[in-house]
Amino acid sequence: MAEVNLRKVVKRYDDVEAVRGIDLDIPDKEFVVFVGPSGCGKSTTLRMIAGLEDISDGDIVIGGDVVNDVPPKDRDIAMVFQNYALYPHMTVAENMSFGLRLKKYPKAEIKQRVDEAARMLDITDLINRKPKQLSGGQRQRVAMGRAIVRNPKVFLFDEPLSNLDAQLRVQMRFEIKRVHQKVRTTTVYVTHDQVEAMTLADRVVVMNNGRIEQVGTPNELYHRPATRFVAGFIGSPSMNFIPCTLEDAAGRLQIRLSDTLAMPVPDQKAAHYRGIARDKKLQLGIRPEHITDAKATLEPGVSAFDALLDVTEPMGMETLIYFNLNGSEVCGRVSPNAGARDGGVLRLAVDLNNMHLIDEGTGLVI
Amino acid sequence: MASTLTIDKAAPRRNPGYGSMSRDRAWALKWSYFFLTIFAIFSLVPPLYMLVTSLKSSQEISAATNPWWVFHPTLSNYIQLLTSNQFLTFFFNSAMVSIFVVTITMLISVPAAFALARMRFWGSATLATGVFLTYLIPDTLLFIPLFKMFATFGDWSGIQLINRWYVLLIIYPTLTVPFCTWIMIGYFASIPKELDEAAIIDGASWFQTLTRIFIPVALPGIIAATIFAFTVSWAQFLYPLVFTTSVDQLVLPVGIITTLIKGDVFNWGQIMTGALLGAAPPLIIYAFLMDYYIAGLTAGATKG
Repeated sequence: MAEVNLRKVVKRYDDVEAVRGIDLDIPDKEFVVFVGPSGCGKSTTLRMIAGLEDISDGDIVIGGDVVNDVPPKDRDIAMVFQNYALYPHMTVAENMSFGLRLKKYPKAEIKQRVDEAARMLDITDLINRKPKQLSGGQRQRVAMGRAIVRNPKVFLFDEPLSNLDAQLRVQMRFEIKRVHQKVRTTTVYVTHDQVEAMTLADRVVVMNNGRIEQVGTPNELYHRPATRFVAGFIGSPSMNFIPCTLEDAAGRLQIRLSDTLAMPVPDQKAAHYRGIARDKKLQLGIRPEHITDAKATLEPGVSAFDALLDVTEPMGMETLIYFNLNGSEVCGRVSPNAGARDGGVLRLAVDLNNMHLIDEGTGLVI
Repeated sequence: MASTLTIDKAAPRRNPGYGSMSRDRAWALKWSYFFLTIFAIFSLVPPLYMLVTSLKSSQEISAATNPWWVFHPTLSNYIQLLTSNQFLTFFFNSAMVSIFVVTITMLISVPAAFALARMRFWGSATLATGVFLTYLIPDTLLFIPLFKMFATFGDWSGIQLINRWYVLLIIYPTLTVPFCTWIMIGYFASIPKELDEAAIIDGASWFQTLTRIFIPVALPGIIAATIFAFTVSWAQFLYPLVFTTSVDQLVLPVGIITTLIKGDVFNWGQIMTGALLGAAPPLIIYAFLMDYYIAGLTAGATKG
């Protein structure tokens, strides 16, 4: 087990910079998830840690040693691939023990390690089968088993669940978390699915365009996003962004969303926003769960208004509603009994205690 | 009967949704069978004629009877050939040449293809194309300079290679190695990249990745290349005709022609028998290897 450090790591392909100087410290035993849209550089970063890609600049440190020029086999890492990459001509047991056999471990120890990993992953019955006789979920378990038996310093996962169907994905997600809790090996996990990132990670690294946008625990990213990108990427349905400006009205700060709609900023938020220029172009960031059906009495910091609903999506426990506000499509979550219907008018409450203000120019959350 | 017909008309059709599709398919199948039959007849007639003629005596061959029928079958041609030392020498030479050439070819082209397909190095793509281009030069152009090269080499070093059967071990790979390398590059390229990455992370060297992962996984491709190399070296005619002249150095195709045609006398019965016997080993090898050849070994490696 070991910590992993990335120091100003750069990857250039000819003229294109895929990874633009990222710094990250991953402590021992931590489960870190890299998440971001395709082409953001997350897989490239993982492959650089694995040693499958050369790094153009910077340093990668595993367990205190700079490994820039160390070949993958000497980095003491194990990797699980999206398409499993099992050796098709070997049985499950042979697949799992391949690395140990290359390193000439004694037979008894190999068998013991394979049996233990198989038990942990519940694949003991499959040990003599060939990969083509296994289902997708079973294959991915074998791929994980192959990583576990090596007992490496670092586990690397490259979108391991992307090829599985939705139900199996949830199950395997649970499985991966359980295995990590048991073996406590430092883990770097890459996915484009923010739900996977939130559920698995000790810390999430959100990447965009070759850079790290923000690093934090799932809750930090959700409640205190640093940029508009993170705010929009984390959470489903994603955060609403509505163009707005700040103005003073009767000594209080208020936020103007349209010619006819303005709402007072709650006091504790107002103290924070008071210094912003009043003509600055801003965006109000508000999550769908903070736009709900209005109750008879409004809590402090909550404002109500009537909205003409475009579309409603009943989900059972709640109904998603969509309406247009000053040119932006806004999503809210209301109770199934609120009487929301397509084309109907509904009185909605916006909880501005949970608002974010985004500088339209820089994309940063203020 | 009339009532049955009306009931049939009223009954629902058996293939309601995809009727037209299955009609298309039936039509396509009919034509495939038609052309496949014509093609099969076309390619089976010469061997059949060889078989028929090989069972005839010289008198019957030259008699004006139906050439497609044997009236007095005899095995004398077979007995004569199989008891002739000459023919057995040709057979032995051919076997030695083919076995060695196949071995040499695979020892060179499998690692070469692996290097060109997987070990990305500067110029590997150009080199791969270059390998294929060398195959495109016909042997009818190459045999004169090659002959000159071996003659000069013989004068210079005193090692005489011309008119020795083993000179073919050096010459045939110029035909087989480029093509087999090309086949294997294609086959190796179809193996998912993650498989060698997994092996490398598991601690395998390039050589171990080749021997323990790629060769077993690419076995169907390797067998295809082996069959090709064997066929080329077994059936090659021009090079042995040019490079070997003594009767004890000849391989089968050239041996049959040079010893069984005397002046303008064609010993058709034995020529046909020799050709038929010569065609047997490749046929047996094909039949034996066909199962391996078809089996898709990569199934299950990655998401299918």
